[in-house]
Amino acid sequence: MIQFLLNNKLVSIENERADTTVLHFLRDKQALTGTKEGCASGDCGACTVVVAEPSSCGDNENQQLDYKAINSCVTFLSALQGKQLITVEHLSNKQSLHPVQQVMVDHNASQCGFCTPGFVMSIFALYKQGDSVNRLSAINALSGNLCRCTGYKPIIEAALDVCNARVADQFSEASTSTIAQLSALTKTNAGTENLILPKSRQALAQAIRKHHDAVLVAGSTDLALVHTQQLQAINKMISVTGVKELKRIEEADNMLTIGAACTLSGLQSILLNHFPALQEVMDRFASVPIRNQATIGGNIANASPIGDMPPILIALNAQVVLDNGMRYRSMPVADFFTGYKETKLKNNEWLDSIKIPLPTANQILRVYKVSKRIEDDISAVCMALNITLNNNNVLDLSAGFGGVAASPKNCLNLSNKLVGMQWSSIESLKQGQQILLNEFNPIDDVRASGAYRKQLLQNLWHRFWLETNNHEHRIETRVSQHA
Amino acid sequence: MRKLIQQHNVNEDTAQHLITSNIKNTPHESAVRHVSGSARYVDDIPAPANLAHAAIGISSEASGHICSIDLTDVFASKGVIDVIIAQDVPGQIDIGPIFKGDPVLADKEIKFHGQPIFAVLAHTVEQARIAATLAKINIIPSNPILTIDEAQKASSYVRPSHSMARGNITKALAEAEHTATGSLSIGGQEHLYLEGQISMAVPEEEDRMLIFTSSQHPSEVQKLVAEVLAVKLHKIVVDMRRMGGGFGGKETQAAQWSCIAALLAARNQRAVKLRLPRQQDMIVTGKRHPFENQFHIGFTSEGNISGAKITIKGNCGHSPDLSDAIVDRAMLHADNSYYLPHCQIDGHRMKTNQVSHTAFRGFGGPQGMIMAEAIMDTIARKVGKDALTIRKQNLYSEATGMTTPYHMEVQDNVLHELIEQLESTSNYWQRRDAITLFNINNPIIKKGLALTPVKFGISFTAKHLNQAGALVHVYTDGSIQANHGGTEMGQGLHTKISQIVANEFGVSVEDVDITSTRTDKVPNTSPTAASSGTDLNGKAVQNACIIIKQRLAQFFAEQVNGDPKDVLFVNNQLILGEHTRTWFDAVQQAYIGRVSLSATGFYKTPKIHYNRETGQGRPFFYFAYGAAVSEVSIDTLTGEYKVDRVDILHDVGVSLNPAIDKGQIEGGFIQGMGWLTTEDLRWDCAGKLISNNLATYKIPAIGDTPDIFNVDLFEKPNQEDSIYHSKAVGEPPLMLAISVWCALKDALSSLSNYQIDPPLPTPATPERVLACVNTLIKEVACE
Repeated sequence: MIQFLLNNKLVSIENERADTTVLHFLRDKQALTGTKEGCASGDCGACTVVVAEPSSCGDNENQQLDYKAINSCVTFLSALQGKQLITVEHLSNKQSLHPVQQVMVDHNASQCGFCTPGFVMSIFALYKQGDSVNRLSAINALSGNLCRCTGYKPIIEAALDVCNARVADQFSEASTSTIAQLSALTKTNAGTENLILPKSRQALAQAIRKHHDAVLVAGSTDLALVHTQQLQAINKMISVTGVKELKRIEEADNMLTIGAACTLSGLQSILLNHFPALQEVMDRFASVPIRNQATIGGNIANASPIGDMPPILIALNAQVVLDNGMRYRSMPVADFFTGYKETKLKNNEWLDSIKIPLPTANQILRVYKVSKRIEDDISAVCMALNITLNNNNVLDLSAGFGGVAASPKNCLNLSNKLVGMQWSSIESLKQGQQILLNEFNPIDDVRASGAYRKQLLQNLWHRFWLETNNHEHRIETRVSQHA
Repeated sequence: MRKLIQQHNVNEDTAQHLITSNIKNTPHESAVRHVSGSARYVDDIPAPANLAHAAIGISSEASGHICSIDLTDVFASKGVIDVIIAQDVPGQIDIGPIFKGDPVLADKEIKFHGQPIFAVLAHTVEQARIAATLAKINIIPSNPILTIDEAQKASSYVRPSHSMARGNITKALAEAEHTATGSLSIGGQEHLYLEGQISMAVPEEEDRMLIFTSSQHPSEVQKLVAEVLAVKLHKIVVDMRRMGGGFGGKETQAAQWSCIAALLAARNQRAVKLRLPRQQDMIVTGKRHPFENQFHIGFTSEGNISGAKITIKGNCGHSPDLSDAIVDRAMLHADNSYYLPHCQIDGHRMKTNQVSHTAFRGFGGPQGMIMAEAIMDTIARKVGKDALTIRKQNLYSEATGMTTPYHMEVQDNVLHELIEQLESTSNYWQRRDAITLFNINNPIIKKGLALTPVKFGISFTAKHLNQAGALVHVYTDGSIQANHGGTEMGQGLHTKISQIVANEFGVSVEDVDITSTRTDKVPNTSPTAASSGTDLNGKAVQNACIIIKQRLAQFFAEQVNGDPKDVLFVNNQLILGEHTRTWFDAVQQAYIGRVSLSATGFYKTPKIHYNRETGQGRPFFYFAYGAAVSEVSIDTLTGEYKVDRVDILHDVGVSLNPAIDKGQIEGGFIQGMGWLTTEDLRWDCAGKLISNNLATYKIPAIGDTPDIFNVDLFEKPNQEDSIYHSKAVGEPPLMLAISVWCALKDALSSLSNYQIDPPLPTPATPERVLACVNTLIKEVACE
């Protein structure tokens, strides 16, 4: 059984196809048609809904609810287990609009109205998160919602207004009882015949052995497209998102260990704490609703040549840890990929965690992502560079690349040639460019030509060299506000 | 025409000439429903009993001949109820809106990659879509024509070429102090309405059919559904409450899905819904036309243009659709706001094996207007003056000239005053100095600034479309329903109409409801397009209101022995001297007194005429004007850029609703910016669209909205007698975004110390900007 609260009503799912999306469930099974389908691929945000769950921190008495926006079109019902699902229909309280709805009216922030419920829900999540909101954080929260009519200006203003004048709403008033209801759900054994929800490493191993025909699913933000875009049925799934070992985040011995099922949103704060240079690329990583679902393990195991996490992890000399329930094995992230969408993962094996060495003194990290659009776009080239200097002397250098080959790549030639050189010398600039000119032969595709990608490799190296050397005058190298 | 003017004079006594200020602040009539999720779109209508779902099967070749269609596996697929091909159409197969060439399902010939060939009906959406992938279609491919160049070599046109000229261009170019040539490749644009194409057909008694659609043109849907079903128009009713965006993409190209749904519904006598999945929607519907344009100009050392020969070539795709009018509009806007003393403008309609390109906000205007701005930049670089100076000195004026290439006098030009005001509020010249300094001091990041004007002609160029009808009912409790031929796609048309009704009757907008657009309420309507929705339908609705007001005034005046001409409708009252009636009482008494409380209204635009043979006339009732200043930063290492600040001043005449008008301006600007920057349509070498989803086709996201985005209305009454002297606002602001393209070129030009106007094709993706950087660096090194 999958159990969740639809607003404040308990829903129990026994017999439902494994690949039923939350959007399909809402529109076709519940006649809740306020949530819209714009693309069925997690790219437009018209289907945005909010899920609430008790926050993992805080003791039971002071527990609060965490509200997260997700794309219901790429989310399967299994992801709702033990959570409260809130849709646009649930915000209005009797006859009066919720403040986030009212503020959208007040700012004339809807035109055709089709994207509006999605925007309302994204703003609602931001409203409930309680942090102070500025223009940048509002934009970040709404980066996964497309509007084709308004030009966004009134929406930004509406979000800023309402999130900086929060009042208690029916959800805060009901939070104690909601938490109690949700806590009760965690005690039951969740899952159906075709949606298996193991809670531990051992249960996961057992489930994989028992259900050979099942597909492993984490955030489902990519897997769901197999169903919604390619029309393939996914008859049975094992969800790893409840496996507690896969959700751990630990720091020990100068090593940060992140469980593979941690969402990108969930790991963001600790990652940025150690690597503040990742702020921009994390903000530009898909969108908030996707990051709320998508996992770091999924981004790696997917083995896409254009995922943004692998180049970063390669540059950081991270290791992936694989598990089959009996034995762990690990390898550098770069070695994990064997070809286009191919990895060293064996049958019965899953990604357990990622181990990232914590930064040392004099280590400088830069990640450059170039895409047609700043928000929610896939990299033409993603380049992560990690250099350690000692008084202008290159002690260490590692680099990760996305979008330039069939899989994410490192470039050992860079460290071979550059280590020991004077970083500020023009030779360092030229050497690096020469190496990168010869290292990759990227292809032409819909996002960029191979020639552009090749030039970006050299020019981003130039940017890196400019940004990490001390010049008499600071040279502006970025047009984006993130920099 | 005469009759219309006469009618107007008669009605003037009771017409309100202005819109009262409190009514101007009316929020969008559906705003509360939008934010609460209760606004109903076609896919949200509760399913009729026995509803089945359709899907289409499409071609995997761009060009060829259908040899055989094997549907065995389709029929055998789970849940399939019916499958149809072109031969199953009982009526006309061709649903071309004006000219023929658009089969509802491909009939023998394949014209583009993704052309619908058959349609499946099944019990669920998923079943229908899966079955639609299972046909075995044998197509003998032929060599497709995929580009404008290829079409030109093959003399492949969807419609004959057309020219307009004034003066002696050959002589002007021969005698010019300076000449220059240039060419520009202009990309198309996917509409990306958030609500995709959808239609639901519900069979009614005998051969009647009720159609729910998301269309800008319900009357055309009605006509085409009737034609494919081989019934007369009076058997078909089309209901259209709202669209989740249209932008021109649902002007002609929403009809096909209604026709297919209706065909399946009629055959199977059950309700049928056809909703295209996003990717298919992007593949099977036309885009904004890509263009390849050239110019050859003459100009003085002062930078005054003396002659321009402009050649415009639109990629129309495989069929005419609306392309004749679209290329015409491109030609009619190639002058933008500038007087061309001698000119010749040639427009070609190239036929290619692409989806048939169609209407998109601006309707060819943007692709013509950008040429005028390219010309201004070219002159500025050649004579070494700031581009704004060149623009200002070439504007239509007493000093330069007032006659357009199509011999219409520009009589309402407000650009001189408007630009002067914007120049000052945007601090153009101070920022110009700051940018020059910035660029000297920054080797990597370069800034650019540009002010560009817009002059956009308002009226359909097809004269007969400039008419509208309305139907207004006053009920006995004083509440009012109004209906008109326009459709609501988010632009706030219904809001403005309800304001007009409330204003005329002197009641509050809450007493007015605008119902869905229905072909059985107002017949033979024009598409909601050409920015004309409020101009046409507002006047028609006002006309209906006036008729009812006259009856009420007459009845009231008789009771108190006054003159009906003196009756005022204000504040929920009828006032005649010292006598008053509440609106409610007046309506009640009129009903008891057997006075009709319902009326139809009609309007046709006066003054317009255009002789296409001579390329002369007055195709436009008036012009809408505006100007924008954009400032950008570009990264010369990557080609990435950011629009840092935008200031807009736009002419809406007397605004009926400033918030809605600003919404149109801001939204139009950002949409235009997307067209010119990140929205990159890509077809592969086989003619297949590869930017066919939202992961590969990028419209502006929220972070693309400039941090500083000042939008002001230039409120000066329309000289012409438009509804309350307002001006159309739907399309014109899109072209304000040309300032972004010019600002990018300005930043790039700094690399040549402003000597070279860089060739920057659109969309100006970061890749194209970097390519331009490379070219400039090479050219500067050569010199």
